[in-house]
Amino acid sequence: MPYINSWCRIRRNIIVANGQTVWEEPGADVSVFLTNAYRRLDIGYPKFYKMDRLSQLGFLAAEMLLHDRFDKQEYPAEAVAVVLANAHSSLDTDVRYQQSMSAIPSPALFVYTLPNIVIGEICIRHQLKGENTFFVFEQYDIPFLNDYINQLLEQNNAQAVIGGWVDIFQDQYEAFLYLVEKKQIPGSIIHNQQTISDLYGIVDAGS
Amino acid sequence: MTAVYIVSDNVVSPLGWNTRDNFAALLQGRSGVRQHDRADWTDAPFQASMFDNQALPERFATEVGDDVPWTRFEKMVVLSVTAALRHSSVRLSDPDTVFILSTTKGNIVLLEAGDSSEPGLLLSSPARKVAAFFKNPNTPLVVSHACVSGVASILLAKRLLETGRYRHAVVAGADEVSRFVWSGFQSFQALSDEPCRPFDSRRKGLNLGEGCATMILSVEPEHATSEPVRVLGGALSNDANHISGPSRTGAELSEAINRALDQSDLRAADVDFISAHGTATLYNDEMEAKAFDLAGLGAVPLNSLKGNFGHTLGAAGLIESVLSIQSLRENTVLPTRGFETLGVSRPVKVCAEAVYKPLQICLKTASGFGGCNGAVVFGKGG
Repeated sequence: MPYINSWCRIRRNIIVANGQTVWEEPGADVSVFLTNAYRRLDIGYPKFYKMDRLSQLGFLAAEMLLHDRFDKQEYPAEAVAVVLANAHSSLDTDVRYQQSMSAIPSPALFVYTLPNIVIGEICIRHQLKGENTFFVFEQYDIPFLNDYINQLLEQNNAQAVIGGWVDIFQDQYEAFLYLVEKKQIPGSIIHNQQTISDLYGIVDAGS
Repeated sequence: MTAVYIVSDNVVSPLGWNTRDNFAALLQGRSGVRQHDRADWTDAPFQASMFDNQALPERFATEVGDDVPWTRFEKMVVLSVTAALRHSSVRLSDPDTVFILSTTKGNIVLLEAGDSSEPGLLLSSPARKVAAFFKNPNTPLVVSHACVSGVASILLAKRLLETGRYRHAVVAGADEVSRFVWSGFQSFQALSDEPCRPFDSRRKGLNLGEGCATMILSVEPEHATSEPVRVLGGALSNDANHISGPSRTGAELSEAINRALDQSDLRAADVDFISAHGTATLYNDEMEAKAFDLAGLGAVPLNSLKGNFGHTLGAAGLIESVLSIQSLRENTVLPTRGFETLGVSRPVKVCAEAVYKPLQICLKTASGFGGCNGAVVFGKGG
């Protein structure tokens, strides 16, 4: 049976990881909030500054998710999957790139006009080489992602999965990432539609 | 494991409106790539495979009608899905059928008007519109995973049918050539100023292309009107190395290939031909050659169809898979247009000319930005 062994939610300028508020900065602009969070959480990965905001958001959530509850040595690199979804694809950066086209288009910006780049950034940071897929939904489809992640584990396409929602467009953003493993640890939550919905709701109430 | 069959397919490209015509064009060595002059994009002419100005709207008016305000991108999808449905008894109106759209940029050209709140820009919008047009009662799925989108969508469909959640899947992959995408690849200096040359020693970059392909998958082979082909297995992987450059070793693509073959209960020696990604950039083709060599596939005939279609991004995996499935049916490995002299460091067997021989098993691969790789195996028979 698959378990949620870690989770992180970022929205309304509050980062909550496994129930604990790890950083908040009410009222700050999104870009400032993300950058300040990176600095204050003492992450030490200068490539962060080159990322677009979708990647920064997903990267921060993955840092909080994996930093003390995940031992990547337990798995072969190719056994850890990353399956993420959102509503706005890379539109936040598409708009910036479109505006830059009249001057000199930047390859460093263009590469982020694909939503799966955030998965690539997380994979590079944590050396994960397994299954990847980025889905785009009208809204967060919890039942679909739940079933798909469980199937990846059941069919042995992956031994651990990082799943969730990472969306940003202008000043609206939200990240909710979780780690699903087959092993049970203290604090494990069974991974199913109900627990994901509950967790999503609990976090809502807390923020 | 439940067997999953491809029961119908279609390709809409500048080379033809159906699989057969595209296959015939490729066998004749024809290409959709030609020089375009777009003063509104750039001063210099560029090479790309694009529909003639009025070709899409005219075809659409004849085949579908023009009473709904479809975008150019959506017209490609509707035309292709309509044609694929015509050759199968699977219906999108059936609650047992799911619709999957594979695309990188969808209606990105709408951004040129300057309104980022235009709802058609969301990738779910064309998917929902197309699903509603065909009266599909389910929520459509959109995969946007760079140039691996097509292969990932086929795998997703296979997996959804295996669980029994759906019995049929209509998978369409589409992207159009836009100033947005063209300027981005140009900024990367990834574009060739002449027709591209996959795996060739003189290759200097890719050509962009546009089109749509549709594949209808089902657990019921009786829905097929031509010889059914199965999706045997597949896998995806990530290089975890660089967001815009491929792996230096090809180990991660090779690993995806090995997993795809394992899942299919096959070994490298069973593969009759490979449909490679073969974009004709220096780094992609070199990485792929290393991956095929590592996977023990160095002696297997392979082709790249980028010289015919250009790189169609989110459509590429589907267009090239559909033509590879037709290759299995016709026992013909298609030639690699633009290839003359091997220009990669590993001895892979690129087909410059068509190869006629009995074919059972095809391996299709793809790789893209974000370090992603995909491999899927198709096989003839029940």
